[in-house]
Amino acid sequence: MRSSAKFAAMTAVMLAGTSPTLAGTLEDVRAAGELACGVSEGVPGFSNANSEGIWEGLDADVCRAVAAAVLGDAGAVRFVPLASKQKVLAVSSGQVDLTSRTTTWTMKRDGAEGVDFTAVVYYDGQGFMISADAGISSATELNDVTVCLTTGTTTELNMTDFARANNLTMEAVVFEGKREAVEAYASGRCDALTTDSSQLAAFRTGFADPSAHVILPEVISKEPLAPLVAHGDNQWKDVVTWVVYGLIEAEELGVTQANVADMAANSGNPSIQRMLGSSGDTGGLVGLGSTWMVDVLSAVGNYGEIYERNLTATLGLERGLNAQWTAGGLLYAMPIR
Amino acid sequence: MKNTYIGSRPGLLAKKLVSLLLQGMVLAAVLGVAYILFATTQENLEIRGIESGFAFLWREAGLPIGDSLIEYDPSRSYGYAFLVGVLNTLLVSALAIVFATILGVMVGVARVSNNWLLAKCAAIYVETLRNLPLLLTLFFVYSVVLASLPHPREAIVLAEGYFLSKRGVYLPRPVAEEGFGIFVAAVCIALLLAVIFWRWAGAYKRRTGTSVPGFWGGLAIFGTLATLAYLASNSPIGSELPVYKGFNFKGGLALKPEFAALLIGLILYTAAFIGENVRSGIQSVQAGQIEAANALGVSRGVVTRLVLLPQALRVTIPATTNDYASLVKNSSLAVAIGYPDMVSIGGTIIGQNGQAIEIIAMWMAVYLTINLIISLVMNVLNARVQVVER
Amino acid sequence: MQSRTVTFHASPPRPAPVNQTNAIGWMRRNLFGGWKDTAITLVLLAILLSFVPDLIQWLFLNATYQGDDDVCRQNGGACWPFIIEKFQVLMIGVYPQDLSWRPAVSALALMGLAALTYSGRIRGVTLIAAWAILPIFALIMIGGAFGMQKVDQSVWGGLMLSIMLALVGVIVSIPLGVLLALGRHYGSPTVKVLCVTFIELLRGVPLITILFMASVMMPLFLPPELVINNLLRIQIGMILFSSAYMAEVVRGGLQAIPKGQTEASLSLGVTPARTIAFVVVPQALRHVLPPLIGRCIALFKDTSLVIIVGLLDFLGMVKGAALDTDWLGFQAEAYVFAAFVYWLICYSLSLYGRRLEQRGPSAHT
Repeated sequence: MRSSAKFAAMTAVMLAGTSPTLAGTLEDVRAAGELACGVSEGVPGFSNANSEGIWEGLDADVCRAVAAAVLGDAGAVRFVPLASKQKVLAVSSGQVDLTSRTTTWTMKRDGAEGVDFTAVVYYDGQGFMISADAGISSATELNDVTVCLTTGTTTELNMTDFARANNLTMEAVVFEGKREAVEAYASGRCDALTTDSSQLAAFRTGFADPSAHVILPEVISKEPLAPLVAHGDNQWKDVVTWVVYGLIEAEELGVTQANVADMAANSGNPSIQRMLGSSGDTGGLVGLGSTWMVDVLSAVGNYGEIYERNLTATLGLERGLNAQWTAGGLLYAMPIR
Repeated sequence: MKNTYIGSRPGLLAKKLVSLLLQGMVLAAVLGVAYILFATTQENLEIRGIESGFAFLWREAGLPIGDSLIEYDPSRSYGYAFLVGVLNTLLVSALAIVFATILGVMVGVARVSNNWLLAKCAAIYVETLRNLPLLLTLFFVYSVVLASLPHPREAIVLAEGYFLSKRGVYLPRPVAEEGFGIFVAAVCIALLLAVIFWRWAGAYKRRTGTSVPGFWGGLAIFGTLATLAYLASNSPIGSELPVYKGFNFKGGLALKPEFAALLIGLILYTAAFIGENVRSGIQSVQAGQIEAANALGVSRGVVTRLVLLPQALRVTIPATTNDYASLVKNSSLAVAIGYPDMVSIGGTIIGQNGQAIEIIAMWMAVYLTINLIISLVMNVLNARVQVVER
Repeated sequence: MQSRTVTFHASPPRPAPVNQTNAIGWMRRNLFGGWKDTAITLVLLAILLSFVPDLIQWLFLNATYQGDDDVCRQNGGACWPFIIEKFQVLMIGVYPQDLSWRPAVSALALMGLAALTYSGRIRGVTLIAAWAILPIFALIMIGGAFGMQKVDQSVWGGLMLSIMLALVGVIVSIPLGVLLALGRHYGSPTVKVLCVTFIELLRGVPLITILFMASVMMPLFLPPELVINNLLRIQIGMILFSSAYMAEVVRGGLQAIPKGQTEASLSLGVTPARTIAFVVVPQALRHVLPPLIGRCIALFKDTSLVIIVGLLDFLGMVKGAALDTDWLGFQAEAYVFAAFVYWLICYSLSLYGRRLEQRGPSAHT
């Protein structure tokens, strides 16, 4: 009989002409006691399960930061590996509370696919990798090449745009998974491999001889990667957005995992006091507790520490565009006050 | 369970009414559930702002496709890209069906061979391939194909214009030149004459009892006439040779490694199943019949053609119909090794604009149509070999 | 009528048959029967000799059994330490290591059950009862009750996941298939049309599209408050897919039951429902046990497709292991191991099926 009640309710809703909105993710997460966070099936540096099954990477740490802010426990995350095709739909349909999975912020996704983007956690761009002995130094020389790439992303569109703009002929071999594409490139099926530059670097470290492959200097697209939430739940979007800003702001202010407790107690800097809840209640503005950033920082550290741990130490990625605005990068957290 | 029918028992009018009522209720319940699902979906799509309908098919696709039977570039529409996928599915399925049948018959015959070694080898082949997931076989074939081939710079030259490398097999592409039309017409006439001769030979045999080699005679007529026509019209078929330029071969016909791996994988896998059908078909024919034919002094070839085959086919064909249908469906595993079949391209389209429902409906429509055609053709074939019961 | 004398001539004596019992006789009969047979045998021998010795050399003689990747590269043969190190991940994926006793216990129980079933020691109702203890092990694997730590299903992977998907798939899809078959065979016209539509629709499309639908689209069909996790959605997809095939197999069994059986039962006053449940279905199932086992094998093989929708089953873990940067270049070993495991499981199932077939449909199972 439940279904008929549901049916009646829905008919009523449709007759009334109002479409119900998704709301209350924050309460749902608190009630469940855990955060369902969509990640990749395995992209080193961003989200990758190590051999003990622990998720590592920048995106995984963003999940932990949100869980720490909302639940006070960075361990209360249920990581849900998502295939490329599922990453948008999983969050728009409420299967996960948050997708933090190298997802490019595009107008189409934001406007027509039922999701909202929060704040950029990584500025990436698509590049090409080619074997060093091909003697090529620029992507504009990539005429008549065979390129391996992955489906279901912006990658293939960027590549065809680039080829058309530069009057190049590129033959594509399109794979379903990243692993297959990399494997095919490594075995010599393709001359070049294209995906986000950060991932090219990550995959290159996995080759038998990394120096035999060069990443060409051209970055052919803008790939601002941001966590996404379901469209229409503004409070939840605020929470995630400000947790990301908090991570970035903490680095700018020099608050680290090691010194956060000390700073919370003794810092005289009003910005730090506001962020850490020593004066005022910034967390309360978005429905979080006053010690939200203390919980986040003591669990995962600030943005710089996350970056260092996941991307610099293991993959040797420079900060580049992802440096603070004060250091010539693009990271610019909105003021927390 | 009270309304369960057993056969068609004549019942009272009241019973019939009750049954009708119950049927109506079942139908109403199913339709109701379907409507709820539909309404929920609509609602969900609306909340998320996902558009629906088939308008996207006419929009520019922008996606690259590596292997296409028809002219394709990324400025074509989504619908056209999907069509490329459908054609690729059809091509690989059709070729795989033909070769899997040939290999499968060989394997099946080998399994019942008197030669112990041959029978054992065939048995090992069948038991290995049938008990491994096709996906594993495909991965294996693909990596073996790729690993064993050289880089295009060091391509193996099989003959003038035939190259073998990691980019695939490149062959000269036949090009129609002047006089091609006349040549085609001549070939058609030759074919017609050959068929007429064949039919005449059959009729002649029935009339007089004297056997004329109709098939071989017809073939000889066709071959001679076609060769004469080719020479007379001054070799109207030229060829465009592939050349290695920059990084790749240009021109010519290409057979990509993904296509080859998928084709080989499908053939090897399905042949194992067809082999089993053939074996059980052969074994279903009573040994006495063969022995009787042998005892009458009928030659081995004729025994096979007129005694063994017609009876074995009765068992083999229905099972093989199912295997053909599975083969077509299995071709969708192309997605795992990067061959742009219908599922692979459709999946990409879903990834790009999120209109999953429409694409899945299109997949279903195409697969159901193909399967319908296969079962129609096989049913006709089956009807011809079945015993006419009197 | 003219009478004719027919004279019979004795045919010339034939040479004594060659000895057919010893090894030479056997070879002459089975390998070198005629010039064609001899040619085939020689060609096959040449082909086998061209790769089998090398294969054995690589698999066993030159293989490394202990050491690390450097030792393996020196020896040149197969690198089994790679498989040994990856063994746990291949079997249970990223299931927490300190809890790995749970899948181990369940695997032992499963193997015990399989052995019992195969030996034919227990049959009929006892057999079904024995298999009914499986949910206990499912509970052990999931945890969360009796003070056991809960293990989230998103960490399930490896061979464990493949077997789980196949087992649950079989256990649920057979009853579903029986219902569909009954609906198609005995149902009223409406029910029949519905069942046929369902069966033919699902049998008409590849499993991949069903899996895509389950993992990507099912959330769209359901109200937002109903959240089913990805694993369960895929499991549901596999069950629906499999049940359509099971239904067709069972229908074959239903058709094989002579009409007299139902007529006799009905005329004794047994209700139609009971007739079907206790007279028709048991016999029909017994008839189609071998093809049902065939479908189970197919379902187990099909679980490998879930890697396309992002689950890391056995094959997924094998592919992952093959790309491990610490062990580069040992893909072949990973694939060989995967092939061996899949083959072992499928082949033993098919042997079991063959045994049932030999026992015949009338035997008490």
